[in-house]
Amino acid sequence: MSDKRSKQKSKYTLDRNIPGAFEGETVTRRRFMTGTAHTAGAIAASAFALPALGFAIGPIFKSTPHHWEVVGTEGMFTDTNYVPVVLTVAPNIGEAGKTTVYVRKFNPELDTDPYDKGTPYIAISSRCAHLGCPVRWVDAAERFICPCHGGVYDLLGRRVGGPPVRPLDRFYTRVAGESVEVGPRFSVNSELKRFSPRDPGEPLDGIGQYLYPSRPGAQKL
Amino acid sequence: MPKLPKLPAPPLPPPLREPPPRPGEANGEGGPIEDARQAGITVVDWVDERTSLSGAARWMMFRKVPKGTNWFYTLGSATMFAFLSQAVTGVFLAMYYRPDPAGGAYESIRYVTNDVFLGQFVRGMHKWGSSVMVILVFLHMGRTFFFGAYKYPRELNWVIGVVLLILTMTMSFTGYLLPFDQRAYWATIVGVNINGTGPLIGPYLSDFLRGGSEFGATTLSRFYAIHMLLVPGLLAALIGAHLYLVAKLGTTAPPWQKAETRPELRETEV
Repeated sequence: MSDKRSKQKSKYTLDRNIPGAFEGETVTRRRFMTGTAHTAGAIAASAFALPALGFAIGPIFKSTPHHWEVVGTEGMFTDTNYVPVVLTVAPNIGEAGKTTVYVRKFNPELDTDPYDKGTPYIAISSRCAHLGCPVRWVDAAERFICPCHGGVYDLLGRRVGGPPVRPLDRFYTRVAGESVEVGPRFSVNSELKRFSPRDPGEPLDGIGQYLYPSRPGAQKL
Repeated sequence: MPKLPKLPAPPLPPPLREPPPRPGEANGEGGPIEDARQAGITVVDWVDERTSLSGAARWMMFRKVPKGTNWFYTLGSATMFAFLSQAVTGVFLAMYYRPDPAGGAYESIRYVTNDVFLGQFVRGMHKWGSSVMVILVFLHMGRTFFFGAYKYPRELNWVIGVVLLILTMTMSFTGYLLPFDQRAYWATIVGVNINGTGPLIGPYLSDFLRGGSEFGATTLSRFYAIHMLLVPGLLAALIGAHLYLVAKLGTTAPPWQKAETRPELRETEV
C-alpha cells in the first residue's frame, strides 16, 4: 500500500512540468497560497466582526441581579384597594426608566390562588400584557384599563376584555421591618401560575411558554 | 495664455459633441471664455483618461428606453431623491442631536426646532420626508407590480427592492424614537413588543432592540446607531445594486404597449 502511494504521481503536478513540484505533491503552491490568503482574510474579518456581533447581542444573555426597592410603609396599604407606587427599573435615565406598580395587602378572601400563599403584598405591574402601554386602576369600575387598545383587567389583574393575551405581570414583595419592598417582576398565566418574566404580547397558556422562551439570563428567586 | 494640450475627444453621443467651427470662426482663438471652456474640457479629459468614467456614465445615463415610457417610470428616481433628501437633512440634524435618554435628546430636538436658524425647516424636511419616502416606495412597488416589471429577468431586482422596503421601514421605526417625547417613547414600547410577539425568536429580537430586558439607558443610542449608521449604509449599497440592475436589464414597456408588427417582416414563409 505504502509502496503504491509513493509511486503515485500527483494529479496536480503530473505531466505538467511545474518547476519545483515534487513527487506526491497533492496541493500546488498556487492553491496553497490562495487558500492561505483566504484563510488569513477570514481570520482578520472575524477578528473584528465577531467581537462587534457579541457586543450587539450580548445584552440578550446578560443576567441582571435582583433589585429590591422600598415603596412605602405597611400603614400605607389596604387589602381592598390599590395604591400606585413608582418603581425605577432602569436607573439614570429619568422618567423613561420608571414604571408604576399597583400595591395592596394580601387579602385571603380575594387571593385564593394557591400560588399567592405567603405573599405579604400583591404588586401588580401597570405594563399592559397586550403591547406594554400603561394601564391605570379605575376605582369606579374596579378594573385596570389600558388607554391604547382597550385591554381590561379585573381586581386580580386577569383579563376580562380586549386584546391582552395573559393577566398583568406581578412583582415579588417582602416586608423588611416596617417598610414594604418590591422586587423582581414575574409573569402569570390565566390561572395565575407563575413564570419567568415575559414581554407583553406573549401568551403563557398552552404551548405559549415554549413558543416564547424566557431570557437566558433570567434567574430564579 | 498658451493653448493647453488636447486629448482625443471622448466618444460622446451626437447632441453632446462639440460642433465643428463655423466658417469664419477662428479655431480655438475665442478669448478668455473659450480658454475657460477648454480648461474645463481638459480637466474632464484628464480624469476620464485615468478612470474611463465617461464610458460608465454613458452606459448609465444614455440608455435605450422602450416606447410608452411615462411619468410612472419616475417613481423610482423620486424615491431615490427622497432618500438623498433624508440623508442630507439627517447629516445636518446629527450635528445637533444628542442621544441622551435623561432629557438631553428631547432638549436637543427642542433646541433644533425652536432656536436653530432654519432648524424647524430642516427637521420638518426630515420628518415629513420620511413619510414621503415610504409613500413613494409603495407607489414605485405598485408600478412595478402592475406593469409586470418584476418578471424574468428582473426578479432579483424585485427581491432587492423588498429588502429596501424593509430597510426603509426599519429607518421609520428607529427614527420615531429619537425625539424622545411621550409619543416616541410609547410608540417604541409598542413597536418593540410587536416584534416580541413573533414566536421563538421574537423575545430575543426584543432584547436585541432594547439592549436588555427593559427599555434602558442604551436603547436610545442603539436606535440612533441603527438609524444613522447601520441601515443608511445598507440602503445606499442596495440602491446602488438596484440601479445597476436597472441599467443592466433596461426598463420594461408598459403592458398596454403592443409590439409593432411590420407586415413585410411577417410575409416570409420558412
